[in-house]
Amino acid sequence: MAADATKPRGKLWSWLDERVGLADLEKLAKKKQIPVHRHMVWYYLGGMTLFLFVIQVMSGILLLLYYRPSAEEAYESVQFLMAEVQFGWLVRSIHAWSSNLMIFTLFVHLFSVLMLKAYRPPREITWFSGMGLLGLALGFGFTGYLLPWNELAFFATKVGTEIPGVIPLVGPFFRRLLRGGDEVTGATLTRFYGIHVAILPALTMLALGLHLFMVQKHGMSTPPGVERQGGEKRVMPFFPNFFLRDLVGWLSAVAALAALAAYFPVELGQKADPFQPAPIGIKPEWYFMFMFQTLKYLPAEILWIEGEILGVLGFGLGGLFLLMVPFLDRRTARGEPSQLFAWIGIGIIGYILVLTYLGYTVSPTK
Amino acid sequence: MTRLYAAACLIVVALSAPFWEVSAQEQPDSCVACHQNFGDDRLGKPVKEFASDIHSTRGFGCVACHGGDANDPGMGAMDRAKGYIGKPARKELAQLCGRCHSDARFMRQYNPSLRVDQVAEYYTSVHGQRLSRNGDEKVAVCVSCHPAHSIRPPSDPRSSIHPLKVAETCGRCHADAKTMEPYKIATDQLGKYRESIHWRTMSVKGDLSAPTCNDCHGNHGAAPPGMSWVGNVCGQCHTVMAEFFAQSRHAKVFAQMGVPGCATCHSNHDIKETGDAMVSLEQPGVCVGCHTNQDNGGKVALQMRAALDSLSGEYNKAHAILLQAERAGMEVSQAQFELNGAKDALVKGRAAVHTFSVEAISKETLPGLEIAKKAYARGLRVLDELEFRRKGLAVSLIIILALIVGVVLKIRQMERKKKAE
Repeated sequence: MAADATKPRGKLWSWLDERVGLADLEKLAKKKQIPVHRHMVWYYLGGMTLFLFVIQVMSGILLLLYYRPSAEEAYESVQFLMAEVQFGWLVRSIHAWSSNLMIFTLFVHLFSVLMLKAYRPPREITWFSGMGLLGLALGFGFTGYLLPWNELAFFATKVGTEIPGVIPLVGPFFRRLLRGGDEVTGATLTRFYGIHVAILPALTMLALGLHLFMVQKHGMSTPPGVERQGGEKRVMPFFPNFFLRDLVGWLSAVAALAALAAYFPVELGQKADPFQPAPIGIKPEWYFMFMFQTLKYLPAEILWIEGEILGVLGFGLGGLFLLMVPFLDRRTARGEPSQLFAWIGIGIIGYILVLTYLGYTVSPTK
Repeated sequence: MTRLYAAACLIVVALSAPFWEVSAQEQPDSCVACHQNFGDDRLGKPVKEFASDIHSTRGFGCVACHGGDANDPGMGAMDRAKGYIGKPARKELAQLCGRCHSDARFMRQYNPSLRVDQVAEYYTSVHGQRLSRNGDEKVAVCVSCHPAHSIRPPSDPRSSIHPLKVAETCGRCHADAKTMEPYKIATDQLGKYRESIHWRTMSVKGDLSAPTCNDCHGNHGAAPPGMSWVGNVCGQCHTVMAEFFAQSRHAKVFAQMGVPGCATCHSNHDIKETGDAMVSLEQPGVCVGCHTNQDNGGKVALQMRAALDSLSGEYNKAHAILLQAERAGMEVSQAQFELNGAKDALVKGRAAVHTFSVEAISKETLPGLEIAKKAYARGLRVLDELEFRRKGLAVSLIIILALIVGVVLKIRQMERKKKAE
């Protein structure tokens, strides 16, 4: 565990090195290299998502100090936090805005990996763990949305938990499991809270650990197109060169979050009242909008099967297809050009963008 | 002419006998069969209308009111010996309807909650009195408001006595100058009512509990409310105001002057939306009718108005600043909720105007003033906080920008150094 003899180090360094092995860590950081090419901008998305996740964890822990997870107190506790607690508004707004930004960067990261074919062997497990993290992030979004117990969140959760309920055989059980009963009640809130602050973070730690380990093991993937061009392979040390560039992105994200929180603090709305009718134009969070809008367009019945069931099954199969891409895209695995999966990726991005746009522009009654 | 119709009816019945003999087994009502097939609209219309009449839907046929024998396929159906009475006379209508509608035991089978004193009430009404005492058959009888053959329950929007239709139903006679001419009654009530806050509440806001003609005049016992009853009539809904007024000095003075309580200031059919401007010695104030700023009553009016204006002004100020803060994205829902207390106080203060006592109004408005001032102060603090946030953001952005510049310079320095090596 001795420090690099060529470099003179201070006493503190030596003291820490003897105890935690700083020299090994330094060696590891220096060993990691980042390929330099015209697509390298997409490499920043993973780090940016991770940074926003860390902000989520920190702001979430601060919110826990005031939040009370019951139907009677949840809304009031958030109201108190926003109006009375010093910088409470800032913590909640940053938590909410960074969750949105994190899911945005996560989607961009996913599609950049898909388009640059970074899922090809030997990075299949990196892809699976990344897909798992996307699912967990959507779970965080869905469960966290209900926690302020306001009108919009209540009815959006009611609709959201209704959708998996249409799956044949297991649907009703799954709906009851999610809601903690037949309806969205205080039991659902407590359940969502537990999932949001304990179950999902634990699973995320496992998936994130695996993901980062795999990234560390295999390094950054160079796109097949760049590899085929040949020529001199340029690289950049991860530490400090790439890390400092990451830092510029993270500082910009902090600036954007501060501006969003100051100018667009997250609203609280009206307290949920289960006895009131649902307000017109209930919408889910933007990242669920393409699915919600698709279900609205489906006819009541398609070939004797309920349209909604087909829609839910369709999204399930779509997710499975995306998960299995490393095994399905055999040409890329063999190192051959594969245009089909690039076009499939473009198709999925276009579909999500168009349906999301329609979700926000078409009249809610259509 | 009647005989001619009867003969024609008989011929039609006879000619159509082979066809209706079969259908008679399904529909034995010969009144309907004959009146439907006769082809004369005057005879057919009642049958068509009666199909959706509430009595028809409850299983009653023509004979229930007109008598006769519906099982007799010929003219024997209209035999006076079988109780046939033809078209009932107007003066006998109340008694005819009352045969069932005044029989509690009978009515209980169909609608246990329906009152059975309509006939008794009718004879206490101006309509009933004129009919029974003067023999005036032009007055309203049962079918004037409940059209024979197409009677529907009041909850049915097509009914002539649905809340939205009552004024029109009464207005058919009371807004008709020719009909009212012998009685020397004004005919502008319907027009005035349609300008009133009551009609607007009912027709625009859709609040069917808002009053229409029968809520103040009664329905079967319809009569103009007596001068001393007006307060009682209005007090059915405006309870607090009526109680305040009854204990006020104005109640006695108005009685001595022989003017009605509420209607003196609020009028009757064309009651407008009230406002603080009514408490004024200038138009559109109502105090100006009796008081000047020289008399004691006028001075009290000015003080009452000042108390209301003061609270209303503070409330509006606080409401506006909280709205401004809310639109800027600040969390002020608790402050807005608390400000409702000031609004309640304003409502109570306005009701207390009917006491005509400055002390009674101040008792309500002063706590409201405190609440409104606190809410306004809260609004100011929140806007200060907003300003602090904006300044804080500017400082943070400058620091972050400086850090970014520092990191970028460090990267350039490192990479220049590496190239040089």
